[in-house]
Amino acid sequence: MFSSRYWKFFFEETGNIARFAGRLFSQWGKPRYEIAEFFRQCYIIGYKSLPLVTLTTFIMGLVLTMQIRPFLVDYGVESQLPAMVGIAIVREIGPVITALIFAGKIGSSIGAELGSMKVTEQIDAMEVSGTNPFKYLVVTRVLAATFMLPLLAILGDVVALYGAYLGVNMSGVTSFELFWAKVFKYLSFSDVLPAFVKSFFFGFAVGIVGCYKGYYSKKGTEGVGQSANSAVVLSSVLIFIIDLIAVQITDVLNLN
Amino acid sequence: MYQTENISEQVQAPGNDEVVMVVRNLSKSFGSNQVLNDFSVTLRRGENVVVLGKSGSGKSVLIKCIIGLLKPDSGCIEVFGQRIPDLNAEALDAIRMKIGFLFQSNALYDSMTVRENLEFPLRRHSILLTQEEVDQLVKDALADVKLEHTIDMMPAELSGGMRKRIALARTLILKPAIILYDEPTTGLDPITAREIIDLIMEVQKKYHAASLIISHDMNCVRMVADRVVMLIGGRNYKEAPYEELIQSDDPGIKAFFE
Repeated sequence: MFSSRYWKFFFEETGNIARFAGRLFSQWGKPRYEIAEFFRQCYIIGYKSLPLVTLTTFIMGLVLTMQIRPFLVDYGVESQLPAMVGIAIVREIGPVITALIFAGKIGSSIGAELGSMKVTEQIDAMEVSGTNPFKYLVVTRVLAATFMLPLLAILGDVVALYGAYLGVNMSGVTSFELFWAKVFKYLSFSDVLPAFVKSFFFGFAVGIVGCYKGYYSKKGTEGVGQSANSAVVLSSVLIFIIDLIAVQITDVLNLN
Repeated sequence: MYQTENISEQVQAPGNDEVVMVVRNLSKSFGSNQVLNDFSVTLRRGENVVVLGKSGSGKSVLIKCIIGLLKPDSGCIEVFGQRIPDLNAEALDAIRMKIGFLFQSNALYDSMTVRENLEFPLRRHSILLTQEEVDQLVKDALADVKLEHTIDMMPAELSGGMRKRIALARTLILKPAIILYDEPTTGLDPITAREIIDLIMEVQKKYHAASLIISHDMNCVRMVADRVVMLIGGRNYKEAPYEELIQSDDPGIKAFFE
């Protein structure tokens, strides 16, 4: 199916990212701690992603509800719509869609920013100015992405459920209290916890891939574009792979 | 392996005409491409030495080895008696405070204002300064390059020449004893290039810093060089004052001056 050249590239790239992540783990606990830069990145990566995450998850909740309703009406279980949509959003669609939106916005921006800094020698300039560029640029961004995505995913879940509430009320009348009561009746801690935990891994994947692609960007503006592009593609694929692994683990642990 | 012979006696504490930096038998290759091959150069306090060579001849690699951004394959680099490739991160930071580096692409931080760009090395080198002292140093550095009015501007709002001068101000803010210039006039119009050359000479007079200037701009070489080291094929080809080189009959040297 694939030539040996592709497999060689695949294993090389996987090895390089693993080494890059190893370097990150070996450095993030050592001083000097870049606290101010970490919070600045939390603001850029987390706070500035709010409008996009809010808009997309709201639309997703609304559309999902409108798409599922006719099917449930056919079977006469329309009253179960809030529960079904709630489980779908909280367990799977909320975290994954938020992570994919996050990969598109943050993965590309980290890849392009670090790539452009590399090409214009700003990373070298940092190093000669008494700064460990890996800690200042990479550790702060990966940590910020890892901690911000779960928060955004929770927000995305809430906004998507609100969209679902509006969707339910487009062809009927369900009170706000009844909607939420039905959602929470079928939702348990074991639905929320795995989704929350896997969001950390999604955030880490987006951060590490974006930083890796940018940090080792090839020379020239074309290289910067390629870094941004491949950061999005690879982190999106990784999100699905992590999701696949997460569902196997929750299966084994009987969390389904 | 680095050379083990001790050259510390050549590199003394900075004083007038003392040797501040020695590069000896430096070699560096990338894969099969041998970029530097036993290259040597010495720098004394207060002098401007130009390393002249064609594009791709390894000039930038040389100064990146000196500042510790690249590890040489062999040879010795000693700055103020300290062997650069052997230093740990802390010692390297300390020695880098004494070395200014003007990047070819200026390397100004896009996301920071001019003020933040200039403050960055002061804050990052763990120098204990009050905000007033930092403000004064930033003002002085901008005054040196006559761009005080740009203090709150972003690099993207500046012209190419202004960016080069701001980069020079950032290089000067720690008052380095050695300044490395990587192609300081490349990509600039003749008038702006002349302004940068004048600034390099002013800096030499004002701070009595030793400068290693990488260039193939013959106008720049003519005006700033106390000594020219020709780098051809990764090796020392010839070392002489500009006036001597210009009269040479050697075709390899003449090619640069015609």
